[in-house]
Amino acid sequence: MSYVKLTASALAIAAVSATAATARDNVQVAGSSTVLPYASIVAEAFGENFDFPTPVVESGGSSAGLKRFCEGVGENTIDVANASRKIKDKEIKACAEAGVTDIIEVRIGYDGIVFASDIKGNGFEFTPVDWYKALSAQIVVDGQLVDNPNKTWADVNPAFPAQPIQAFIPGTKHGTREVFEEKVILAGCEETGDFEVLKVANGDDKKAAEKACIALRTDGMSVDIDGDYTETLARIEANKDGIGVFGLAFYENNTDKLQVATMSGVVPSTESIATGEYPVSRPLYFYIKKAHIGVIPGLKEYAEFFVSDEIAGPDGPLAEYGLVSDPELADTQAVVADEATMVTN
Amino acid sequence: MTDATASNAPDYKPHGASLLEQTSRTRRRNAAEARFRAYGLMAIGAGILALLLLLGSILGNGLGAFQQTFITLNVELTEAKLDKNGNRNLDDMKKVSTFGYTPLIKTAMVAAMAEKGIKIEGLSDKDAAALVSKDAAAQLRDFVLANPELIGETLEFTFLANGRIDGYFKGRVSMESAELDSNISPQQLQLADALRDADLLEKRFNTGFLTAPDASENRPEAAGLGVAILGSLYMMIVVLVLALPIGVAASIYLEEFAPKNRWTDLIEVNISNLAAVPSIVFGILGLAIFINFAGLPQSAPIVGGLVLTLMTLPTIIIATRASLKSVPPSIRDAALGVGASKMQSVFHHVLPLAAPGILTGTIIGLAQALGETAPLLLIGMVAFVREYPAGPPEGFFDPASALPVQIYNWTQRADPAFVERASGAIIVLLIFLVFMNAVAIMLRRRFERRW
Repeated sequence: MSYVKLTASALAIAAVSATAATARDNVQVAGSSTVLPYASIVAEAFGENFDFPTPVVESGGSSAGLKRFCEGVGENTIDVANASRKIKDKEIKACAEAGVTDIIEVRIGYDGIVFASDIKGNGFEFTPVDWYKALSAQIVVDGQLVDNPNKTWADVNPAFPAQPIQAFIPGTKHGTREVFEEKVILAGCEETGDFEVLKVANGDDKKAAEKACIALRTDGMSVDIDGDYTETLARIEANKDGIGVFGLAFYENNTDKLQVATMSGVVPSTESIATGEYPVSRPLYFYIKKAHIGVIPGLKEYAEFFVSDEIAGPDGPLAEYGLVSDPELADTQAVVADEATMVTN
Repeated sequence: MTDATASNAPDYKPHGASLLEQTSRTRRRNAAEARFRAYGLMAIGAGILALLLLLGSILGNGLGAFQQTFITLNVELTEAKLDKNGNRNLDDMKKVSTFGYTPLIKTAMVAAMAEKGIKIEGLSDKDAAALVSKDAAAQLRDFVLANPELIGETLEFTFLANGRIDGYFKGRVSMESAELDSNISPQQLQLADALRDADLLEKRFNTGFLTAPDASENRPEAAGLGVAILGSLYMMIVVLVLALPIGVAASIYLEEFAPKNRWTDLIEVNISNLAAVPSIVFGILGLAIFINFAGLPQSAPIVGGLVLTLMTLPTIIIATRASLKSVPPSIRDAALGVGASKMQSVFHHVLPLAAPGILTGTIIGLAQALGETAPLLLIGMVAFVREYPAGPPEGFFDPASALPVQIYNWTQRADPAFVERASGAIIVLLIFLVFMNAVAIMLRRRFERRW
């Protein structure tokens, strides 16, 4: 009967599938959603200019990418992990346990984190102190630690308009959140001197004081966005009082809808971030499994192409999209060329 | 008895003496019915309103994706730039990257402006060339490498226009927004208007949207659904080839042959339970079994197909069993009565009669699988894939994307042009779903028999 034949052919296909799963000829990349646009721009250009197939780039977040990276060596594991932060010692250890010992770390450039609001609304000139006072769960008022009483930006800083505080910040699963906490909230906490008060209150425990500093208010004035920047933008379009945290590249693609705030008097741009004037930025990385070089065709060529001057340099397509190119790109190129692995302990 | 009723009749007074006069109770009942009808209409109205809003917003956002702005330019394929040695050696020519082709487009744009007498105040040559998509250099390079003998000639090429220029002709970008936009200037829009008046720029149907692969965030205008449609097709083939025979065999056995005991009851309950398991669970299963254990490649349609097969199986089994059940026992009895074996009675008589129901169930199961995203998240199908998978069967193992995944990807991109593309992809997906459901209804209408 035809059903019998169908079943037989299905089984045959299933059998073929078990044997045909061999040699992979494309580079597989996974990791940070911040690095994804850059990686896909490079992958596209790589596919166009080389005889190798276009690499497959997945997103999913730095941690998820590094976790898959550390699953082991072999063709059904990824070759490159993108990360918007440095690999942690814990992850290096997990990698080593799975047999991934030689890892090449490649810094591709810097990403700026900007504060932007609706283009028709009020403009702001922030300092980290303003953000700390606006969003921290508890602040020191007249020497007393109290629940954050500020309701409008004018309460935070008399120079600001009396616009209700409504901040859309990246959720805790984002690498951006860590940078925001460290370079904005914690910096503000230390600048106001609240840090010392908190340190004393926590029995001279520095870690606990830091934790108290970056504990954000939960009364709805600060909203965690677990999705992408597109969601933050949609929230701001719906609530014109909102101020969101974005990547510089995202802002630069939506300058007709958003206006950017200065931080400590510096306007964020690829230039001001490259010189280090604009304080809120972080390096972006990708990690290569050295064991896969020579096994997966095109892996080393992809990495070299990624950090080449015409791609990652200040006039390349990545900088055009919003990446702040690394002033020490030549060193990175040397690392890739020499396949220099990270020093692991 | 008859006497009694006859004698009682004049005394008996129902609540309403006349049929034409409504008692309070009848009025209440009628009012209740009218209220219920109103609720029903309201429910349907709300449903239709929601559907119209959804379709309206999707069509409004997405129809633009099927049209694209193109720029026609005469490009001189300068030998000095493309083949320095002049020996037409492909390996040497490949060393000229797409970055080497960009100046040709700039020259061509400047020449076209000079020829048509277009002068825009405060517009640099670089900005003028930016009207052409970044995809153009790749298009040109591919052409030159395929036709090296044409180097040195001046040929007419049709390039995609930059996403913002395209947005201008679709109403997404205006002079006011261009003023604020760092990626486009009003002068560039003026140039676009001038080019249109000179017939060098036109908006027309974009086949690339259906055939081209995905593109990076720098060139939304070039992004297409080609790889996603192919990937979805491959997965549906895998699902059909695996789920239909397995599902049908399982249900025939359970319905016609299996003894009714505790074990078959347990299996039945579990099948119904499986149909209600959230699809992401199947993704986790797929990652653990097909990728980590069986060593199948990531991002491949075969793994996606296998996962979706698991997800679709319960749907198909339940539909098949229902349609087998609806075949009256008399058919089986008659077949057995004239001496057919049990298997003959099932395959010659019951199965053909149940086939329309089985096919309907299968198609609806496939439609459900076509629109599924969650399980694909975990098996690496949510990826930027630009290479078309090879023809089957090798193609089942090549990386590919899928339609719902492509929509998900595009909604996360920064460039606003991708919103239009995502909505366009939703339209394509809806067309496929409507088509599949229409086929299912047609099969049922045409072949179903009722007893």
